[in-house]
Amino acid sequence: MISIRNVGKHYGSFQVLADCSTEVNKGEVIVVCGPSGSGKSTLIKCVNGLEPFQQGEIVVNGVSVGAPKTDLPKLRAHVGMVFQHFELFPHMSIMANLTLAQEKVLGRPHEEARAKGPALLDRVGLRAQAAKYPGELSGGQQQRVAIARALAMDPICMLFDEPTSALDPEMINEVLDVMVELAREGMTMMCVTHEMGFARQVAHRVVFMDHGRIVEDAPTEAFFGAPRSERAQQFLAKILHH
Amino acid sequence: MSYAWHWEVFLQPAASGDATYLGWMGAGLAMTVALSLAAWLMALVCGTLAGVLRTVPNRLWSGLAAAYVEVFRNIPLLVQLFIWYFVLPELLPPAWGDAFKQLNPVTQQFAAAVVCLGFFTSARVCEHVRAGIESLPRGQRNASLALGLTLAQTYRHVMLPMAFRLIVPPLTSEFLNVFKNSAVASTIGLLELAAQSRQLVDYTAQPYESFIAVTVMYMALNVVVMSGMRWVERKAQVPGYIGAK
Repeated sequence: MISIRNVGKHYGSFQVLADCSTEVNKGEVIVVCGPSGSGKSTLIKCVNGLEPFQQGEIVVNGVSVGAPKTDLPKLRAHVGMVFQHFELFPHMSIMANLTLAQEKVLGRPHEEARAKGPALLDRVGLRAQAAKYPGELSGGQQQRVAIARALAMDPICMLFDEPTSALDPEMINEVLDVMVELAREGMTMMCVTHEMGFARQVAHRVVFMDHGRIVEDAPTEAFFGAPRSERAQQFLAKILHH
Repeated sequence: MSYAWHWEVFLQPAASGDATYLGWMGAGLAMTVALSLAAWLMALVCGTLAGVLRTVPNRLWSGLAAAYVEVFRNIPLLVQLFIWYFVLPELLPPAWGDAFKQLNPVTQQFAAAVVCLGFFTSARVCEHVRAGIESLPRGQRNASLALGLTLAQTYRHVMLPMAFRLIVPPLTSEFLNVFKNSAVASTIGLLELAAQSRQLVDYTAQPYESFIAVTVMYMALNVVVMSGMRWVERKAQVPGYIGAK
């Protein structure tokens, strides 16, 4: 589904990503973790072409992302993405946030797009909020709407870029619950996150990054059982203590 | 000071014979309003376009828009007006220049003033629009693109609606400035409100009444604009967002 092959990226002489390769198969859940500045967010943004890269190739559902003649909007329409800071459109009601891209990108008639709203909001437990505006919801609620907005496009896979990092601790679980649910339904997911509990529970593989490189790419059990790299061991020792 | 106030002078028939002096002022007011609204419309359209271009990733377009702003913002308004009215018709291909000069003189003056004020103000509107767009979180653009919207759709549906909400207060100032700046059109002979005030002084020999009346009219105009823009600001408020109640 997502194939990342020897991807490299640099700003001037600063190497952000170097020789990154990994695969996400259909129905798989991959967690990408690592210290801040390790290039996790940059890598996931390369997958749907939000960040350009100079070396290597990324193929999503048979389409090469970096190729100059790739129709990026068409590709992105079926790759859902959830951001650290939610990024709901503040001037639109929750319902309008859900229907905008359905209408403008997929060309669904207004009524059909609206009709999908209640079921999507039900799924994230926010049916009663359709008429509200993003600014009137809590962070956790906004992030759940953002997930519903991505799902409205019937994505073939979902990218999560630190979806819980900007949330108050008590709101993290309501977002993770929705993500666990999605994973159980068989959604293909690539998640940049520090939620190791989530990784243990649903991830098939864990990718560990440091200094722009993929240091470790192992099945979840193996990663938590005995990470091979010293850096990954240090990282886990630090974050699992708490 | 012994000054004989004669407010009733405005009701006397004017020298032109077809109106009272109040009628002259009314005609001047109408001209100022028409000129300012036309120029404002042009400034909004050109300024928005240039403001968007200043923020696109393409260096050529953003460079062109930056040059546009520098040209129209750095040359004094009065000089620009003289260039549009006196110089440009001479530089155009002779057929076009002649066609312009054969227009009704009022049309010539009006067109030159609208274009001049429109471009001048658009450079300022452009900078506000750019500031509005740049003040949005960068993630907004990414989120919209990630949903599959094109860059044009992203500007149209996501970035510009929020950017405009943020810049209503500075745009109000620019709108007020258009009305006040429109007085420069009197220098090329367009009979707008400022020109009428001078004409009133000449004909009635009542300078205080004339200038006071015209000043009140400018202030009334600006009160109307201000309350109109306050209404826009209220309408554009986003629930739960900064500035909203």
